[in-house]
Amino acid sequence: MDGTIKYNENVVRQFALATVVWGVVGMAVGVLIAAQLIWPALNTEFPWFSYGRLRPLHTNAVIFAFGGSALFATSYWVVQRTCQTPLFAPKLASFTFWGWQTVIVLAAITLPLGITQSKEYAELEWPIALLIAVVWISYAVVFFGTIVKRRVRHIYVANWFYGAFIITVAVLHVVNNLVIPVSLTKSYPIYAGAVDAMVQWWYGHNAVGFFLTAGFLGMMYYFVPKQANRPIYSYRLSIVHFWALISIYMWAGPHHLHYTALPEWAQSLGMVFSLILLAPSWGGMINGIMTLSGAWHKLRTDPILKFLIVSLSFYGMATFEGPMMSIKTVNALSHYTDWTVGHVHAGALGWVAFITFGAIYHLIPRLYGREQMHSVKAIELHFWIATIGVVLYIAAMWIAGVMQGLMWRAVNEDGTLTYTFIESLVATYPYYMVRLLGGVLFLAGMLIMTWNVWMTTRPETARVTTTNTVPQEG
Amino acid sequence: MSAFWSWWITLIALANILACVWLIRWTARKRPGEAAEHETTGHEWDGLSELNRPMPRWWLWLFYITIVFGLIYLVLYPGLGRFDGLLGWSQYGAWEEEVASMEERTAPLFAEYAKIPIPELARNDEAMQTGRRLFGNNCAVCHGADGGGRIGFPNIANDTWQWGGEPEEIYASILNGREAVMPGFGGAMDDEDVEATAAFVFHLSGRDAPEDLIQRGEETFGNFCAACHGPGGEGNKAMGAPKLTRDEWTYGGGMDSIMTTIRDGRRGRMPAQKDLLGEDRVHVLAAYVYSLSADEREDAGDAE
Repeated sequence: MDGTIKYNENVVRQFALATVVWGVVGMAVGVLIAAQLIWPALNTEFPWFSYGRLRPLHTNAVIFAFGGSALFATSYWVVQRTCQTPLFAPKLASFTFWGWQTVIVLAAITLPLGITQSKEYAELEWPIALLIAVVWISYAVVFFGTIVKRRVRHIYVANWFYGAFIITVAVLHVVNNLVIPVSLTKSYPIYAGAVDAMVQWWYGHNAVGFFLTAGFLGMMYYFVPKQANRPIYSYRLSIVHFWALISIYMWAGPHHLHYTALPEWAQSLGMVFSLILLAPSWGGMINGIMTLSGAWHKLRTDPILKFLIVSLSFYGMATFEGPMMSIKTVNALSHYTDWTVGHVHAGALGWVAFITFGAIYHLIPRLYGREQMHSVKAIELHFWIATIGVVLYIAAMWIAGVMQGLMWRAVNEDGTLTYTFIESLVATYPYYMVRLLGGVLFLAGMLIMTWNVWMTTRPETARVTTTNTVPQEG
Repeated sequence: MSAFWSWWITLIALANILACVWLIRWTARKRPGEAAEHETTGHEWDGLSELNRPMPRWWLWLFYITIVFGLIYLVLYPGLGRFDGLLGWSQYGAWEEEVASMEERTAPLFAEYAKIPIPELARNDEAMQTGRRLFGNNCAVCHGADGGGRIGFPNIANDTWQWGGEPEEIYASILNGREAVMPGFGGAMDDEDVEATAAFVFHLSGRDAPEDLIQRGEETFGNFCAACHGPGGEGNKAMGAPKLTRDEWTYGGGMDSIMTTIRDGRRGRMPAQKDLLGEDRVHVLAAYVYSLSADEREDAGDAE
């Protein structure tokens, strides 16, 4: 079927490899800053290595470099195949690759130098933000151009999610980056006070909702049924959870600002919509996991499917936890503690990274004309190491977070706080150690994947000695 | 919020929630001629297809329950524009209530402590436990958990006092705060004068410095510094000018630090705690700070 259409696979290959490279970089920086929280000496005397500068480098690298490259790679692969047509404007597609890599490199230079807008997940200063906007609009042109010239009548559900992700991220990025530049490296937002905070968290939470959820649900809707070789569980569920998810997510941002100067009506709406978001979020999990019905046995032998299905379990867990944490009473305990960090990583490691691993392991052999990855056993090993890593990480942060929340609110008979802040920090150290261990394991899995991808993609001549099933090309 | 925006936010919030209900019902409806539940919809993409299964019933229940909960919440609590909610709850009211009930419980205790003179209270173990916790949460972030201070924040656990170490002086420092201003003399002195003055100050605390610098520095010190710090560097607690003869330094005692202080000046600001903690808690806190230097006070007392 595919033989008659020459798909553009070059840009997919580029983004797939970039995903692996930035995954290693982003996770390595994560391990470093986790260690800095235990051993402050690792901040060194150089400001470029201080926690405050490396932390945004970590978040930007894993979300936008690793996750972003994975979304570009998979969306370009999926949209071509499900539309039965090569990419629209292939040169523009190539520009999105080089443009996006330029953004990442500029981020890696400016963030350690301390050049930042100081908005979480939107740190990059205005010249880089402008470049992001240009790349993103080009991405939209390529993606929707391909949809327009599709050769099948209906648009596949994965493309609804990718499409919603691309449009919304464009709007979020532009609105949250409206600034007045005062120099090449410094700008001030046009918003002030509570409005600035609200715009930032409207952006921030929808970055989670559309970049890290809708985009990756697009990935899920292609790679899960493909790898399981089963039809999607329920078309009706797709429709309801898609429209409900994208409309309700828009309101959820204020739950980041509970009990602040943000007007109370906004806080309440943020909480209510976050709660109503539970079912639409779970719709994706159900549709993914239940797609496996009738093919559960494949889980035993196929580590790629393990990655995909376990990612959906973590997705379901994180999207249950999120609405619970948005309840003001729960938030009063959890906010500002490491529980939030644990919650984010349940989503980022368990959901985003796992589904990406599954998708990349599915793609790499197909992109390089191999039957399968160099070592299926290595995928299995990666799966178990990464799973243990995630579980250690989030369990440590849950305990640490609840403990911190309880310590901070403990009051004596005389009305004084029972613990000082520093005492809660001292009590957190053991959990920081466990978190570091979890992070190291996760990074180790990423390195195994890198080796496996390298062995699978290196030139034919070098592989002859290790593989004899692939016929040599003349 | 104007009436327009109040209605605007109310209507679009409710419209979005109700649209979800409509969406569920519209999608769940059976249409004539559609595929059976176990069949695919008939569309295919790259070998992928979708079954025409109904939405799971338990999931629909979950969806409806969250919607009903949300609507009830918006009736009871502030959420729909200017509508305050039937319960009249607000975070500000809740906070004030909590503070008031805590105050009611603990105020009598602190009122009792306030009657006890600070030196006596400083020997009351129970009061000092309370004082230690107040100190840990309000003062330690600058002055250190042991009151030993750090660069920019004075040591308050010894018997060197910038603003005076008598009970009422400590109490006043905490209650009303202190503003210390050391002007920079970089404009009035050339670099050599700065170095010479620094050498003299260095020498005042009993350390060696080149004799020629000391002699020259003594003159500039007399011209620029003695008005506040006194001719012999003995300090003046009335204006918070530190004593310079004891080799104890808020901003560092090395030659470089002293030169920076002379050239650029220093500003020390202790924030007032009156509105944050109230007079009675400050009284306990003053006793705790007084107790930190109890050993040195006894030593001094023995010597006298």
